[in-house]
Amino acid sequence: MKHKLADIGLSEMQAEMADLAARFCTEKSPIEKVRALLDSAQGYSESVWSEIAALGLTGIAVPSEFGGSGLGLGEVVPVVEQMGHTVLAGPYMDTILAANAINTAASNRQKQNWLPQICAGRTWALALSEPHGDWDLLNITAEAIPSTSGFVLSGEKRLVCFADTADFILVSVRCNGSHAFVILERNDIPNNALRRENIIDETTRSYSLNLEGLTISADALIQSDIGYRAFNDLHLSANLLNSALMVGGTKAALDLTIGYANTRTQFGRPIGAYQAVKHPLVDAWIGYEKARALLYSAAHNYNKEQAETAVRMARVKAETAFAFATDRAVQFHGATGFSYDCDAGLYRRRALYCASKYGDAMFQKRKLAALLFDEHAPKNKGEHRPALS
Amino acid sequence: MTKPTKQELAEFSAEADAWFSEHTPRDVGFMLPLTFMEVGTDQQFDFLRNWQRKQYEAGYLGAHWPKEYGGGGLHPKFQAEATKVMHKHNVPITLNAIGTNWAGPLLLDIGSEAHKKKYIKGILSAEDIWCQGFSEPDNGSDLGGLKLRAERDGNHYVLNGSKIWTTLGAHAKYMILLARSASKPDHAPKNKYAGMNFILTPMDTPGISTRKIKKITGEHGFTQTFFENARIPADGLVGAEGQGWRVAMQLLEYERGARTGQAGGIIMQTPDAFAVVDLARSAMRGGKPAIDDPVLRDRLVDFIIEIHAQNLNQSRAKIPGLNSEHPAGLMLMNKLVFSEQAREISQFAMTLLGENSAWYVDEANAADGGLWARSYLNAFSATIGGGTSEIQHNILAEHVLGLPKDNMKSGA
Repeated sequence: MKHKLADIGLSEMQAEMADLAARFCTEKSPIEKVRALLDSAQGYSESVWSEIAALGLTGIAVPSEFGGSGLGLGEVVPVVEQMGHTVLAGPYMDTILAANAINTAASNRQKQNWLPQICAGRTWALALSEPHGDWDLLNITAEAIPSTSGFVLSGEKRLVCFADTADFILVSVRCNGSHAFVILERNDIPNNALRRENIIDETTRSYSLNLEGLTISADALIQSDIGYRAFNDLHLSANLLNSALMVGGTKAALDLTIGYANTRTQFGRPIGAYQAVKHPLVDAWIGYEKARALLYSAAHNYNKEQAETAVRMARVKAETAFAFATDRAVQFHGATGFSYDCDAGLYRRRALYCASKYGDAMFQKRKLAALLFDEHAPKNKGEHRPALS
Repeated sequence: MTKPTKQELAEFSAEADAWFSEHTPRDVGFMLPLTFMEVGTDQQFDFLRNWQRKQYEAGYLGAHWPKEYGGGGLHPKFQAEATKVMHKHNVPITLNAIGTNWAGPLLLDIGSEAHKKKYIKGILSAEDIWCQGFSEPDNGSDLGGLKLRAERDGNHYVLNGSKIWTTLGAHAKYMILLARSASKPDHAPKNKYAGMNFILTPMDTPGISTRKIKKITGEHGFTQTFFENARIPADGLVGAEGQGWRVAMQLLEYERGARTGQAGGIIMQTPDAFAVVDLARSAMRGGKPAIDDPVLRDRLVDFIIEIHAQNLNQSRAKIPGLNSEHPAGLMLMNKLVFSEQAREISQFAMTLLGENSAWYVDEANAADGGLWARSYLNAFSATIGGGTSEIQHNILAEHVLGLPKDNMKSGA
């Protein structure tokens, strides 16, 4: 059996986005600024966010009829990659993912309502995780229960990024026996329903969201006839963008460590001259290049038949490459690497955080094995998913 | 030379596809080598030499080399297309790889007119088999310390010393030889790289003899080569007198894919992870196909990802927007990555066989004729030959990542 695996390519727009994003992120997110934001309550710069929106970056993948550029997530990938490279924090990825989920699953009227606002720069948070910590987005216990004026919510969401400062929150729930999203406006959430969580990546802000008793109007429910496929789509798009974030981060960790290995001298030589240091750095670099190849293959093939395989492969390699590059970054900085002020630790903690999102490498490989080896495996985004019990 | 149109290329490709569909040998009745370094028997040698000649005569090797020397005179894109078709048909390897991929492009770039006229056609047709004389018994990775002497005597060099691990040494008509010529003390004695000569050496010269060396696989395939007052015509010198090291380094760039101009074809078959998947379907674990074992599935997926990623890196090298950080690096890492992957996956394939992995080549019970054990053992030819994986790490660290040189006086 000879499998046809995904190819690679780069659109002109992708190349343009990469150039634009590289210039923008390098200018707006120098590492001193990243560090200064660590202690801030908001965690990201409001003015930089306004510029992101003004450049049209939040609407890249939104259809032009709703105010976007009408491109795809493939064109978002280079932007997220650069944000990963420069650790430019903020709700960009979650806002893009919310837009994508709305565009996939919402009614035309709902799209008319929300997508133009995303293009205009309103920020979104995703409330998908639950106390059980299962990566399966369909393992949902939160509920939207019909009431006279709309729905009453129950349950709890965890690890909701930048929830406090978000304009809207997209929440996954069970409703009338199937999977759905509801949209909460931040203004309708009482402050005591949000609790700030302490997480390993200090460049992000994370919250628990208590849904108990919150109410929404009927038109804030997204329950389309495509059902769970909207969730599979969200799962894949999240993994694609998370891979981009990790590939960019891998490059940052590599550059940092190579720079240090060239300047730190021990026994009369730069430590990068020692094979015990230089050889693992080569391995880290090879991992990075492989991850980047798989990332752009996934970006190129998103929305094509090979999408799921390509995205999961990219996700596996991005995680392992980021983990190795940052792990060695800490080690090769010696005791400096063990100190809080060293950026190696910043990258390492970010890599651990990214690995925790949307299914780690082992999770992905289990899915890949089914896609690659099993004759009757669902080939396209989990068509044969059993109905929710 | 004008760039061919898409249609011209498509027509050429279709013709090549038809030709390889018809002529690619299948089920030849004996095991074919996966790399040119594995050619162990006369049967394999004769078969592959004939196969190379057929491909050349059909116009699918050296299609872009100059016509006046024996090439096809076409734009390089045509040869790239032909090689792509060869990969598609998984054709047997090109035997005369040292000629087609290293010596040939080197001679076309910096050889004399006489060199090109004399050697290029025989390289392509496999009429003249080439070997490489770099490593010596005491100098492998530390190539710069080599000792073989080439003393100038009128119109000749007189060679004394020994080369080793000479792939195809018993079959070759010519050797690309790196020798030390510095007989005079003023030849920069402090710089070990100075005073070397790069010489095209006819192997039938009196005073040159070869001794076969048995490989770890139990097969033959390379030799030690001895030089005793062998007189070589001085017009075989490539580059300037005393500049042999520089020429040798250029040669290594073709070998490592950092320079282009190779005649095309396949000199090493890349490991096919899906062949191992098939093996996992037939191997058993606990009464069930090994392919159902979750641990083995995880490992198999890893192999598929790693190999696919490196294949994508090949394609990516041709896309400027995805290749700006380390343009040469993507090609330079090939040797290290593919050779290590081949070693690891064939080793894994053996473990899949369970108890049956004990059977070796020529044992009737052995799966695929002992292919996996043999592939694993042979894989070391690529992780050691042409610069060990450790040396490759040094090269990549220093030339691509910009890390400081190792203070030990390593070779390339």
